[in-house]
Amino acid sequence: MFDPIFLIENSITGLFSGGIYALIGLGVVFIFRATKVFNFAHGAVIMIGAYFYLTFSEILISFGSPNWLVFLISLPATFVSSALLGMIIEKFLMRPMMGQHPFPLIMITIGLISVLEGLSAMIWTPAAQYPKPLFPLDIDFIGSLAINRQMLFSFIVAIIIFLIISIIFVRSKSGVAIRATATDQSTAALMGINVSGVFSISWIIACVTGSLAGILLSPINSLTPSLGIVGLSVISVVILGGLDSIIGVLIAAFIIGWVESMASHFLGGQYKEIVPYVIVLLIIIFKPHGLMGTHQIDRL
Amino acid sequence: MIIGNYKSNYNSDESFFGDWPNKLAFIFLCVFLVIIPFISSGYIIFLFTQVAVFIIAIVGLNILTGYTGLVSLGHGALVGVGAYSTAILQNQFNLDFYLNVPLSILITGLIGVFFGLPSLRIRGLYLTISTLAASFIIIFILRNWDSLTGGDSGLILEPIEIFGMKLISDNDKYYFIIPIAIISILFAQNLFRTRIGRAFIAIRDADLSAEIIGVNIVKFKLMAFALGAAYAGLAGSLWAYNFLAILPSQFELHLSILFLAALVVGGSAQTLGPIFGAFFVVIIPELLKWVMGFLTPLNPTIMEYTAPANSFIYGILIIGFMIFEPMGIASIWARFWNYVGRWPFSP
Repeated sequence: MFDPIFLIENSITGLFSGGIYALIGLGVVFIFRATKVFNFAHGAVIMIGAYFYLTFSEILISFGSPNWLVFLISLPATFVSSALLGMIIEKFLMRPMMGQHPFPLIMITIGLISVLEGLSAMIWTPAAQYPKPLFPLDIDFIGSLAINRQMLFSFIVAIIIFLIISIIFVRSKSGVAIRATATDQSTAALMGINVSGVFSISWIIACVTGSLAGILLSPINSLTPSLGIVGLSVISVVILGGLDSIIGVLIAAFIIGWVESMASHFLGGQYKEIVPYVIVLLIIIFKPHGLMGTHQIDRL
Repeated sequence: MIIGNYKSNYNSDESFFGDWPNKLAFIFLCVFLVIIPFISSGYIIFLFTQVAVFIIAIVGLNILTGYTGLVSLGHGALVGVGAYSTAILQNQFNLDFYLNVPLSILITGLIGVFFGLPSLRIRGLYLTISTLAASFIIIFILRNWDSLTGGDSGLILEPIEIFGMKLISDNDKYYFIIPIAIISILFAQNLFRTRIGRAFIAIRDADLSAEIIGVNIVKFKLMAFALGAAYAGLAGSLWAYNFLAILPSQFELHLSILFLAALVVGGSAQTLGPIFGAFFVVIIPELLKWVMGFLTPLNPTIMEYTAPANSFIYGILIIGFMIFEPMGIASIWARFWNYVGRWPFSP
């Protein structure tokens, strides 16, 4: 139990899964910043993304395509279909409710969990499936430290995409538009920013990064319709990070990933699933705005 | 959201049932509920009992979410707490039901207050998230505290015994649970004629203004949590006595979503809302089973699609009602009677 090598290995695993959590959390933060909607269905969205990838890759494999072709076609296809999903959700479910009380919006994202979960179980059956992993399942040794190559590469990809999206968010014109909308919707609209376009873009970014996270997560966790519930635990990352801070999400993701793997190391595997929620409760009670979140005057 | 509460005199504002057609309808409903067991089959009775249990839980959620505006994603887990406390009190301490049910209500109420504590500092979205976290934590405890809760295999319990008579048949349970459901609906209806209930509504509509006119927000929010959880505890307790076997998986997030769906579909912040909603969420799976049974000759595996189709339909209902009819069936119902009442000149 207190074998230092094993402890370090577990820490590394925790940090690696933190990379994927950061990618998932990014989507929630993007939608929240732009539209002020907390997307409870983000876990379900990443689950659907993973199923898209499963479908495309299996179709290609059944045609006997070589590996590189499978990835080359199924990845973009997955991203495009996830982007479409995001657009549809935004256009038909969120747009009619724009500018309303938050209650209906929260309810709609909660309803969406049910819809997407039911839909995926009907289309792809509730049985666990294993989509073709992006990276080999090998284990490398550094000295006597075992490192799961799949998790390592997943981590690297997740972090790279995370950084690219964050840089776009800070530097590019559409990033500025998103931030302007986040600060003040009506002023942004008056300045000539296409606010509904910004909403669309943030949903698309969230769904595409989410689908990538789903693809990275599903070979590790197995793909079932309840992957959405696993994805829900990323709420803790977003809350710890402070709901609207991208840097906060990155830091929080590593903390949560590490604490999770420490919990399963010292307490037992089943505690891993509950740690994020305990953290959520503690943060909400003691530091509701998380590590880097904007302080708003809405406490009562 | 309801914007006004149109009354033309103080009497009608203070009256319990409203006007005479409501009273008449209530009396008819009671008579109807008494004679149902004589005119229908056992399964219908069983469904009615289930609806009654759901109604109690959803009335609790209505107090919390509909009237006070605190969206709870942990109501299903609280019902689980009620059910488990009943089973544990009976199995471990051999208590009778007349101690069991109040104690379960008390325990669930206290746990509800505990998970409502974050509402002292936060509101809106954060609160929903904290109830979600609470739900996962409760289910985790139910699953893993094997010595007390039986882990994943759940618990079984003895039926209620009143004066040496065991309530085993569907009819017995029906006559035991339906009156409790009616009383709890009436209690909630009365609550919103008192200071407490009106404070809840004030908090929902404008919390700052409510505080300015002297509503102690913290106290009333916690009270709403306590009341909502107490209702969940009662529902859970009756749930346990109705099914006599409980599993942790019954009370997971999907049950909380089902309650929210029922509330939204039925009509939140309205007395009739939980009743319509509970009927709806109980009838849909039955209809689906019926349709699937119809389709089985075509495709023998189609029965497997029942559960996912169910959750799909609940989700669609939540979204559809939220977008097109946010006040639910109860408001359609009210509009209908409004139309009838003004008939020759209705708009």
